[in-house]
Amino acid sequence: MTIVHPTPTEAEELSGRPATDPPPAKVKGSGRVIRFVAGIGWASVGLAAFVALWALVARSAPDLPTPGEGFTALRELLRYPFYDLGPNDKGIGRQLGVSLVKVFTGFAMATVIGVPLGFLMGGSRRAWAAVNPIVQILRPVSPLAWFPIGLVVLKDVRSAAVFVIFVTSLWPTVINTAAGAASVPVDQRNVARVFNLSRVAYIRHVVIPHSLPSIITGMRLSMGIAWMVIVAAEMLAGNTGIGYFVWNSYNGGSLSYVVSAIVLIGTVGVALDTVFMRLARKAAA
Amino acid sequence: MLELTNVWKSFNGQDVLRGVDLAVSQGEFVSFIGHSGCGKSTLLNVVGGLLEADGGEVSLDGRAITGPGPDRAMVFQNYSLLPRLSLLANVREAARAARPERKAAVNDEVVERYLTAVGLWEHRNKRPAQVSGGMQQRTAVARAFAVGPRLLLLDEPFGALDALTRARLQQQLIELWQHESETETVLMVTHGIDEAILLADRIVVMANPPSPSVLDVIPVDLPRPRDRTSVIDEPAFRMVQERLMALLTAEEPAAA
Repeated sequence: MTIVHPTPTEAEELSGRPATDPPPAKVKGSGRVIRFVAGIGWASVGLAAFVALWALVARSAPDLPTPGEGFTALRELLRYPFYDLGPNDKGIGRQLGVSLVKVFTGFAMATVIGVPLGFLMGGSRRAWAAVNPIVQILRPVSPLAWFPIGLVVLKDVRSAAVFVIFVTSLWPTVINTAAGAASVPVDQRNVARVFNLSRVAYIRHVVIPHSLPSIITGMRLSMGIAWMVIVAAEMLAGNTGIGYFVWNSYNGGSLSYVVSAIVLIGTVGVALDTVFMRLARKAAA
Repeated sequence: MLELTNVWKSFNGQDVLRGVDLAVSQGEFVSFIGHSGCGKSTLLNVVGGLLEADGGEVSLDGRAITGPGPDRAMVFQNYSLLPRLSLLANVREAARAARPERKAAVNDEVVERYLTAVGLWEHRNKRPAQVSGGMQQRTAVARAFAVGPRLLLLDEPFGALDALTRARLQQQLIELWQHESETETVLMVTHGIDEAILLADRIVVMANPPSPSVLDVIPVDLPRPRDRTSVIDEPAFRMVQERLMALLTAEEPAAA
């Protein structure tokens, strides 16, 4: 018995270490700095234009806070972000934290249920046919419509808000997971059949790796919408959280706090999105 | 022995396989050649058990083929390795799944043997995306042999590779088939006339409708081992080549 020990062919060596992504075109050090500075420059131009527009609007509508007032309020809020003087008077950091906890709770529940449900839908035509109509009808409904139902069933405003976030986060996760699981290439499905991979091995080695990027995309969309919806849900719930803070500030006539809260909500939203974008990039690599 | 009797298969009302009769004896290497859409890949998938024939019978060693099984292994055109697994894990998991009765130690030994035979043992821990197309296809070949099938089914295995790599892999395939394995019978779908002649004992020429699916079966009377550089000067090689050219040009779809 002779064992053949081939060496890679010349062509293979040339086309070489191959199918990985080519390294990104190297930008020279100075070029990168210039691009970075230019980016900051243009961002400042945009920001200045936005603030100028705001100032202009604020001048004609005297009830609106000016940019200066907004900035002062923001600084004031951020000076003691975590103070706690009873249920109706908490620092802005605490309010954001309370909202984030609710969002993560509902989001986690939605992920735990949504991902397996998505796998089921993507893997079985029957499951798809059974579940898809329900998903399609419920998906366009504003999640806030679920608030009264949550309230009646759970009898607690906080739980109702978490429930609303759960419903919000469910659909994008389910749909994207199902799409990922359903799009396993024929080749890979054939390999699984020819080599008789067990169901477990198939899900583990084929379905999950293939759908991971879609799952994370679904989670990212879910998180984005959940963070938007929590503000409205807390305005309805009127209990704690950043949405409550916004509504309470409005009722107290301090619109500059509302403006500051908007800035902070946006910042947290960007931070959340960045985390998921990183995750997605990691999953795709 | 593989036997196909009056096999029919259609897609969307279009007959792709029209009464195919074919017997392949143990130890034979048979190539299938023909224009796109002539049903050669369909035929291979029916034998592999991935597709069910609409009519007729397919049997291997007297047992009817009803689905995929460990007596048959396939190599696909697009390598089809599982992207998240290392080359080693790709071969190992497939062999383990297809041959659950094997002891793990035996399985590992077989996997190492074939990965070594295709020259990839030192690259075993890389993922498919980290190696060239040729190396991926060598892994797929090792994976198929590691199952220890009676029948190896190759669907245009080297079609996506450059000429040099293709030549190297053809050589490896023949050596594995002849010396290394219990795999006896090989069916290979190809577009390459020279490849078909170089590798096969018989060449099945397939055709589009309205011709019968199997247009002709041409034996290749060339002794093995065949040397790829000198064999093309053999009169037998030339004869088969001309015959294939004539059949395939006559078959050329009018639209093309």
